Amino acid sequence: MTLLWIPLLSLLGSIISSMTGKLTRNQSTALSMLMPIIALCFTISLAPAVFSGDVIRETISWIPLLGVDIAFRLDGLALLFVFMILGIGILVIFYTRYYLSSKDSMPKLYSYLMLFMTAMLGIVMSNNVIQLWFFWELTSISSFLLISYWWHKSEARKGALMALTITGGGGLALLAGLLLLGNIVGSYNLDVILASREIIQAHDWYEVALILVLLGAFTKSAQFPFHFWLPHAMAAPTPVSAYLHSATMVKAGIFLLARFYPALAGTDIWFILVSITGLTTLLVGAYVALFKHDLKGLLAYSTISHLGLITLLFGLNTELATVAAIFHIINHATFKASLFMATGIIDHETGTRDMRKLNGMWRFMPYTATLAMVAAAAMAGVPLLNGFLSKEMFFAETLHQQLLGSMSWLIPVLATVAGALAVAYSARFIHDVFFNGDPIGLPRQPSEPPRYMRVPIEILVALCLLVGIFPNFVVDDILTAASFAVLGGYVPEFKVALWHGFNLPLLMSGIAVTGGLLIYTQRRYLYQFQASLPPLNAKKAFDNSIYVMIKWCQRKISTIENGSLQRYLMLMFLVVLLAAGWPLFEMSQLAGKKQLTPIDVHNAVGAALLIIGAVCTVIWSRKRVVSLLMLSVVGLMVSVAFTRFSAPDLALTQLTVEVVTIILLMLALFFLPQHSPRESSSMRVLRDLGISSALGVVVASACYALITRPLESISDFFLDNAKTGGGGTNVVNVILVDFRGFDTLGEICVLGIAALGIAKLLVNLPLFMPGSDSEGRPWAKERYPILLASISQSLLPLALLVSFYIFLRGHNLPGGGFIAGLVTAIAFILQYIAHGSNWIAERLTINYRKIIASGIAIALFTGVGSWFFGRSFMTTWFDYFDIPFIGEIELASALVFDLGVYITVVGATLMILASLGKLTANAPKEEVNI
Amino acid sequence: MELLYAACVGVLVSCGVFLILRSRTFPVVLGLTMLSYAVNLFLFSSGRLSLNSAAVLGYSKDYADPLPQAFVLTAIVIGFAMTAFVVILAIRGRADLGNDHVNGQVPDNKVKGKV
Repeated sequence: MTLLWIPLLSLLGSIISSMTGKLTRNQSTALSMLMPIIALCFTISLAPAVFSGDVIRETISWIPLLGVDIAFRLDGLALLFVFMILGIGILVIFYTRYYLSSKDSMPKLYSYLMLFMTAMLGIVMSNNVIQLWFFWELTSISSFLLISYWWHKSEARKGALMALTITGGGGLALLAGLLLLGNIVGSYNLDVILASREIIQAHDWYEVALILVLLGAFTKSAQFPFHFWLPHAMAAPTPVSAYLHSATMVKAGIFLLARFYPALAGTDIWFILVSITGLTTLLVGAYVALFKHDLKGLLAYSTISHLGLITLLFGLNTELATVAAIFHIINHATFKASLFMATGIIDHETGTRDMRKLNGMWRFMPYTATLAMVAAAAMAGVPLLNGFLSKEMFFAETLHQQLLGSMSWLIPVLATVAGALAVAYSARFIHDVFFNGDPIGLPRQPSEPPRYMRVPIEILVALCLLVGIFPNFVVDDILTAASFAVLGGYVPEFKVALWHGFNLPLLMSGIAVTGGLLIYTQRRYLYQFQASLPPLNAKKAFDNSIYVMIKWCQRKISTIENGSLQRYLMLMFLVVLLAAGWPLFEMSQLAGKKQLTPIDVHNAVGAALLIIGAVCTVIWSRKRVVSLLMLSVVGLMVSVAFTRFSAPDLALTQLTVEVVTIILLMLALFFLPQHSPRESSSMRVLRDLGISSALGVVVASACYALITRPLESISDFFLDNAKTGGGGTNVVNVILVDFRGFDTLGEICVLGIAALGIAKLLVNLPLFMPGSDSEGRPWAKERYPILLASISQSLLPLALLVSFYIFLRGHNLPGGGFIAGLVTAIAFILQYIAHGSNWIAERLTINYRKIIASGIAIALFTGVGSWFFGRSFMTTWFDYFDIPFIGEIELASALVFDLGVYITVVGATLMILASLGKLTANAPKEEVNI
Repeated sequence: MELLYAACVGVLVSCGVFLILRSRTFPVVLGLTMLSYAVNLFLFSSGRLSLNSAAVLGYSKDYADPLPQAFVLTAIVIGFAMTAFVVILAIRGRADLGNDHVNGQVPDNKVKGKV
């Protein structure tokens, strides 16, 4: 077995218990407890090695490039937490068996509990901080599921959401902090980070990383001012509270403090942040706990207070304080878990948790009462119990610090005050519930719970006593091992003992106990004072702040996203302008060193036509047909430019695409208004002119700067290898079908998808079918002129022949699948124009979708074909054959690929145009004036 | 000649952007088409301008850079698919919404102005 098995067993348990729905409650419980028990036994078997100072590690490579591994480590601190998580987890599972009513789904709760257990185990055993964070977030999510277990209750849902928001938000801060730490150190491995204390603390980003990590810890551990989620999480079933809020969830934050103590602690900022937060939380929690009438509310605030205490100890920056903190982690887990379970019993047996109704329970459940009273006494810090020992150490450590300078005496005084408050609320828990007269209006007649429901509490209370009386015997090993891990391989001389003689800490304890009892007996004055204060509802404040935040975001979004495309485009162009324009200003000289070529007459005329066409397109843009014709002039001049500048393939493609585009736009214009209204204000036109001309200037400058610089290209490779490697002399075509064939495959897929999208857009189109042109003249009666019909028909075979020729020669001379496909498509479109789609449909049933699909399939399988010859995807094969009468010809697999391209282009182009054209043919004529 | 070429690209960009910023769909489609001409010419020119040197082996001494050409060739075809899609979207929008304004509705103040 390896370390990985510990969380894995727990995860397995989660899966197993989710499937025990059909079994009896006892069977389901037994099965659920099985996996954690195995994991616990395994952990115990590892313990001796850890006690002797070893750190057990295990790493599986996950994303090596990012430095993310699945890595586990088990040192003393992790071992302590694994014991708590598994041990208390097993007790909680057992206890739940008796707590849940038959209406509640037991497998569901068990499954969530063990998912949570997995997450906790993952946190404490991770040796990679990213992995640690992953489990950290998993605890947030699984605790959300647990808290909202009674999902039909609104308070459960709200409490769960609040816990998720706060701890999840903290988790994001933690991620940022961990990434920063990883960056500073250069590794996400925990071992490395923990060993790099000097590097981290000397780094400029230390403070930021520290604050982010602390935010994660403080939100999770319910430290002030993030404490308010914890009382609301009490809407969970009590076993869940016993587990989450004694030993696990809230202790995860504390664990984080302990884990990163070697790397982050020891500085002034650590002290200020951690100790002040801890102290405030300690006091606030203890004070508020006193006023809670709900038993679980009292325990929740007491938990907050004790977490504050532990945090404060970590903040004191002394070794012994750290030992005391770890000791208190153990003690708090035992007495708080047993108190929660006792509360669960009281709730279960009486039907209420309100201390104003619960009185005199001693008479009804003396045995449970004894257990609860011992645990509460431990919480108060009464001698002979474990709480006393760690509290003594705490008091002693507050005396041994000089952190506030001359005001350092404040810390022990405030600690004593908090101790007194703890005594007071513990006294209230004991006295109000078990004594103090008779119960008032209980929903149920109270009695002792089932025998076995008390067993987990008995075990925990026995631990409280054992630790309290024989501390060295019970906890010395684990405490030493954990301190060893936290303090980075050094354990101070410490002695946990019941009796240290008459000293100052003992006096503080005495003051706390008497003071606490005094506060409790005189509490009604405090209550009166508290009642006179304005009520503070954390939940409302939280809800309000969330509401305000959402409103604020919505307002911000609606100012940016106001539904105006013109505005979005304007903003986008402005960004482009800035991004592209800025580097130009940083260039020292626009023109490069390349020799300029002189302007000849042809080029000048072509450029003039192109510019005139473009400008006229804009000028006449409101007369749409004219504008479109002007645009076609531009397109033609572009293809002429390609011809001129040695790109015959491009020229052919541009020419054919131009034809198809203009036909398409003409057709589209039939369904759109023929004129654009004069709409833009002069200011708007001016603004747009400004943006567009600025962009034009920037692009022209960039273009000029580019083409006047000498060329360094990777194309020599293609020129050298086109013939020998690809078997063709037309390098452009060889690049398309061979070197960059994968790109081409992607591209024909895009073409096919666009065509399909268009076909879908035209389904069930409500038609605007003008019966006449924009000036009210009816369309010509003769829809299909006979001259065009007869010429186009005789042109078809010729055009097909030409396209075939272009296709075949493509590999060696300008041409190829794209161009041939477009030529074929144009030839067919001409038939559509001349005869109408009905006439075509009578003679030719074509399913364009199938054509597109088969084209892509051919291209794809040609590529795949090379696999069968042990070559990588899309390797071209070619050879020369001597065929009688024809001579030597070359056959290449690229030709088949190009055939796929050809078929796809034909299918897509025809599908786009024919599906639009069909609308005009089939639609009933309507008189709609545009 | 380089200067003239750059100027042509600049003019195409300006006209295209201006048209794209118009308020009705059809000019926007025209603008988009024009902008894609400009982009194609720009990309093409990254292989520099050369006369009489098509990248067909054995037909000339120097060869123009074939790589930008191959890319632009696919860009032209993709550009066509995009233009087609946008113009059909414009038709569909006009049919569903009853107007061809790019924002889906004619601004209120304009309608009031006409009344």
